[in-house]
Amino acid sequence: MSRLRASLTPYALLFPGTLWLAIFFVIPTVVMLSLSLQSGDVVNGYAFTFNWHSYVDGISTYHDQIIRSLVYGLASTLIQIVIGFPVAYWIAFKGGSRKSVYLFMLLLPFLVSFVLRTISWQFFLSDNGLLLGPLKSAGLVPQDFHILATSAAVIGGLAYNFLPFMILPMYVALERIDPRVLEAAQDLYASKAQTFLRVVLPLSLPGVFAGVLMTFVPATSDYVNASVLGGTSNTMVGNVIQNQFLINQDYPTASALSFTLMALLLVGIFAYARALGTEDVLEVAAR
Amino acid sequence: MNHPHGKDPAFLRGMTQRRLGRRDAFRLAGLSAAGLALAACGVKGKGTAKPTSSAQAQSEVEAYWSGKTKNGHVDFANWPLYMDPKQPELKQFTKQTGITVTYKEVIQDNPSWFAKIQPQLAAGQSIDYDLMVVTNGLHFTQLVQLGYLVPLDHAKLPNFTANAGERYKNESFDPGNVYSIPWASGMTGIAYNPKYVDTPPTSMADLWNPKYKGKVGMMSDSQEIANFGLFALGIDPDKSTEADWEKAAAKLQAQRDAGIVRKYYDQAYIDPLAKGDIWLTMAWSGDVFQKNVSDGTDLKFVLPKEGATIWTDNMMIPKTAANPVDAITLMDFFYDVDVAGKLAEYINYVTPVPAAKDVIAADAAKATGEDKKLLDMVAGSELVFPTDDDYARLRSYKNFATPQEQKKFESIFQAITTA
Repeated sequence: MSRLRASLTPYALLFPGTLWLAIFFVIPTVVMLSLSLQSGDVVNGYAFTFNWHSYVDGISTYHDQIIRSLVYGLASTLIQIVIGFPVAYWIAFKGGSRKSVYLFMLLLPFLVSFVLRTISWQFFLSDNGLLLGPLKSAGLVPQDFHILATSAAVIGGLAYNFLPFMILPMYVALERIDPRVLEAAQDLYASKAQTFLRVVLPLSLPGVFAGVLMTFVPATSDYVNASVLGGTSNTMVGNVIQNQFLINQDYPTASALSFTLMALLLVGIFAYARALGTEDVLEVAAR
Repeated sequence: MNHPHGKDPAFLRGMTQRRLGRRDAFRLAGLSAAGLALAACGVKGKGTAKPTSSAQAQSEVEAYWSGKTKNGHVDFANWPLYMDPKQPELKQFTKQTGITVTYKEVIQDNPSWFAKIQPQLAAGQSIDYDLMVVTNGLHFTQLVQLGYLVPLDHAKLPNFTANAGERYKNESFDPGNVYSIPWASGMTGIAYNPKYVDTPPTSMADLWNPKYKGKVGMMSDSQEIANFGLFALGIDPDKSTEADWEKAAAKLQAQRDAGIVRKYYDQAYIDPLAKGDIWLTMAWSGDVFQKNVSDGTDLKFVLPKEGATIWTDNMMIPKTAANPVDAITLMDFFYDVDVAGKLAEYINYVTPVPAAKDVIAADAAKATGEDKKLLDMVAGSELVFPTDDDYARLRSYKNFATPQEQKKFESIFQAITTA
């Protein structure tokens, strides 16, 4: 009896999570996959017809937006690494007893709603706003210069909005590095640069990888930044999907685009894992 | 599940090694895949036959309303900025009728509201509102076609019968007001910021003027932007054909390619206009007035000489409403001349009750100072009481005959706004 109970325990422990995944992830995903192969309209209903055209048409019409999203996602992720790594490094190694205070300060702006933060950027960057207004009246930038409605504004917004999700995993990886390892490197006559490049950096890579996972994916599929900070030529695939779902009620095309994006992101992540030489992607992400 | 690279060994390893939970999840996914056929009928067709004769419509009205009684409460879903936040009208209504009202500003735009209520209405469930306001156009038509709206009993609408303007009793989207009566109308024209624009715009051509490069706002809504392209070419949107749409799209594309358009806005164009990010923009009539009153800005609104669109937000009762009698009583209450006047004073959109003008004028005569100035402005405003000359220039949205036609239209114009 007790052996039976023992063998059932893992299942019992897994049950809530599995149920949650099944209801809120697996079923919607299957429904979406099914939807992407249907044809019809809201009034007359949709029928399952193996309509692959939603994929073909969706990709041929919106490949520009898909590529743009990947480029924006990638650019914002790189910016986040460049900005985030030194911050994470500093907090982990020089933060001393105030580490948690610095981390809290880092997270503080993110207690404000995502959309509101983006809109406040819009205020800050507007053509005659807090930043450009004084610069223009001082004659430092030309009158018709603007930041909003450019790729830079959207990429900047994405980088800003997801930054903590990049810094925190990197911080965790760096913080875990045993100081004795660094002492050992010095004892073996490694210079500071060598210690960093050959000890700290490799040990921090799992954190960078997790950070990229947590920022590249949401940044690529984001639509808020493009709609608030972007202009006519900054539409991302997330905006198209939102449009197809809510405005056109073209559920098949919207689902097909979502799946295409998901496939591209998965391929990208696994290729990245390979390039980084990570054996087991999910293992690393779970750290 | 759709994993296009399921053969990737890293992927397989990650998915299968030492991870009971994940393997279980995968088995479950297999089961779900078997249930794919089931999921396939997740979105059913619900189109219903519409009554073809007035007698038939009348019998539907009687069938619905017989046995329905007053319950003493009504839940009202409306758009933001569509009533004085102190809700004096609703307080007066409760005082007069004893019916309490829960008023919520939950409708942000038609598509998302439709997406929110459609599944519940399809399942025959309550949407928690007895009265809602939806604009004429695609979603209104779909609500009617899907049979989600209650046919109105005009015997319960004496004020409407007596006070509604003739124009609002026979609108092309709901002839004879079978399912709806107007809440307010508004126009889509050009708003500009006189701080940056010296010569007031008068025609559509001003939105194509290279002088305003990068400073023009256009709307992302297909109907709205299409209308402007069509007007610019001198075509009446309601009578336009597919060939006309292509021409209008080319015109709008040229405007985009020349870098004149700053952005295609959903509805957040008024702040950028006030801040100077854009200098002139497509705009809805009441927004400009409300912004000026609330923020002390000096934005202007014009109806271009080629024409402009008029749209109507309509009150209607969803089929699953719990308190239809209370809802229709409230609908009729807003057609009381005094109430309509007070409402128009605040929201500054076109009231469907022409006699409200006298009420506002009388209020203005009694008032002093700033209030008087404001009320005089409202009573004299062509945005609240358009003249016959204005009406002659105003056109309705295109009504689509088939979903295919609609889809074609959307794809032509969205290619511009979402490129």
